Amino acid sequence: MMSLEDKVRGRKVKLHDMCLRDGMHSMRHQISVEQMINIASGLDDAGVPLIQVTHGDGLGGSSLSYGRSLHSDAEYITAVAKNVRKAKISVLHVPGIGTLDELRMAADCGASCVHVAAHCTEADVTEQHIGLGRELGLDTVGFLMMAHMTPPEAFLVQALLMEGYGAQTIYCVDSAGYMLPDEVTTRITGLRAALKPETGIGFHAHHNLGMGVANSLAAVAAGANRIDGSAAGLGAGAGNTPLELMVAVGDRLGIDTGVDLFKLMDVAEDRVLPIMPKPPRADRDSITLGFAGVYSTFLYKAKEAERKYGLSARDILLELGRKRMIGGQEDMIEDTALSMVKARELAASEA
Amino acid sequence: MEKIRCAIIGPGNIGTDLLYKLLRSDILEPVWMVGIEPGSEGLARAAKLGIKTTSEGVDGLVPHVIADGVQIAFDATSAYVHAENSRKLNELGVLVIDLTPAAIGPLCVPPVNLKELAGRQTMNVNMVTCAGQATIPMVAAVSSVQEVAYAEIIATVASKSIGMGTRKNIDEFTRTTSAAVARVGGAAKGKAIVIVNPAEPPLMMRDTVYCETVDEPDQAAITAAVHKMIAAVQEYVPGYTLKNGPTFEGRQVSIFLEVEGLGDFLPKYAGNLDIMTAAAARTAEMFARDMLAGRFKLEPMKEHA
Repeated sequence: MMSLEDKVRGRKVKLHDMCLRDGMHSMRHQISVEQMINIASGLDDAGVPLIQVTHGDGLGGSSLSYGRSLHSDAEYITAVAKNVRKAKISVLHVPGIGTLDELRMAADCGASCVHVAAHCTEADVTEQHIGLGRELGLDTVGFLMMAHMTPPEAFLVQALLMEGYGAQTIYCVDSAGYMLPDEVTTRITGLRAALKPETGIGFHAHHNLGMGVANSLAAVAAGANRIDGSAAGLGAGAGNTPLELMVAVGDRLGIDTGVDLFKLMDVAEDRVLPIMPKPPRADRDSITLGFAGVYSTFLYKAKEAERKYGLSARDILLELGRKRMIGGQEDMIEDTALSMVKARELAASEA
Repeated sequence: MEKIRCAIIGPGNIGTDLLYKLLRSDILEPVWMVGIEPGSEGLARAAKLGIKTTSEGVDGLVPHVIADGVQIAFDATSAYVHAENSRKLNELGVLVIDLTPAAIGPLCVPPVNLKELAGRQTMNVNMVTCAGQATIPMVAAVSSVQEVAYAEIIATVASKSIGMGTRKNIDEFTRTTSAAVARVGGAAKGKAIVIVNPAEPPLMMRDTVYCETVDEPDQAAITAAVHKMIAAVQEYVPGYTLKNGPTFEGRQVSIFLEVEGLGDFLPKYAGNLDIMTAAAARTAEMFARDMLAGRFKLEPMKEHA
């Protein structure tokens, strides 16, 4: 039997840093332009080829529901695009949240890659946005979120839809940090077999169960050629795959990422870590996300509701999981907490 | 009692649900169902209910408009073909109620601005979107009390309840709703977010409305206005309920709604379709009453160059 190393040695993998997009969640969308420039120029210098810069919920995500960002997407993208030499800037775009005008704006500001995201069963809302991405000449990616929520065969049907709309790379996105390596292998193997040979395959992990690097390796072994991560792991929940860890492991296994490990470690340590109020860690609530398969971004509002209503964030997250809430439904956290408070009061009055 | 005769264009989920509602109306009489696919289930269903059908689109209806006395047409097709459908029917003096997000005519959310539209002799009325119908009444309730600087709505619909049209045109859906939240709801700025949830069994339509008032919110007055508006919507959508709120935090007002459908054609979770068709029927009924009372005379419209 081929070892993992046999499968990955010599493979070319493009790394995509998420700390200025997914990391916006953990920073409650308050990263300053100067901080973004500082981090992005460091990543660029370390040879990270792709850097995502957007509100955590993508273009147009700045809102009461998801939190307002300190600056507009246009300001962030423009500033970062001007201050990198080799790296390409990407954006996240979620149909239903962002509009086509916002995607045109991002391209005007210097973005050259877009992740068009949809829940793993709803790819057919992405046709307009993938179409526009291609029309604008962007490196256009179909980003299927919460991939664990649909069976692998159904997942492939959705991936093929996105490929049909023109997506050049299809991602399996473990938004809840729920997957284990075998599940990743099944999905990526399926994608590799079903998609055109020229279509790229990506994997995006959350580290809620500490499986970010292991799952990303499984993805590469099964045929993925793009891996998301973020310097110092800055991302929703317990963060994304820590990119410097991925590079260190990749170097030992002979994966060709083109990234300078020591420079990347320094960016993580000297530029990213200092801006975080708390480094991402698999605390009990983040583990709950991964364990119960709940959208990683729900962490923050659940913790807020815990403080506000004296409920347990873990109970709220479990309830959201039971109700099969998906990415974007942050409004339902407060609603669920209010309903739980009502139930608690009712129980107290009956006691 | 005399009834106003109607045609429905688009025999899909919305058109069929609307047909059931019109069949119950004491003032509207559905006479034509218009489709584009000869074998479509929707047309067969309508024919079984005694409705005339054509599979040749609006062009198949046009020759019969005068003879069959069609005065109101509902367009439940897509934003892309609506303008053309509307032009052909307006030329024959037919009032068009637009259920697509095309929004070429004035926007209508019945409990908010239907009365204003009555005097305007308009020949095309747009029903915004299901998300708009569900949330704009709440924005209007808050803005009836005090100035709203920003309103944001999040509409979550069950995957099974939205068709290909909405999916393919999700950008128009989002934009039309955002614009109407401001224009009809009365907020200085509006934003709409749409989520499609595939849970099984399907979730009821949920809508959350956030308003940011310019000054400190008057909690008692806003709460009263919200409850009054809930009752006004319940007159035509009985399953429209306030699940939580209004809650107040600084200048932010939060309102959490659920919309359960009547279950006319689609199951009850599809409150989004129910509120759309119920609002369209209610709008048409108002115009029909005005027509019968001689207050609104339909005129064939010449195309403007």
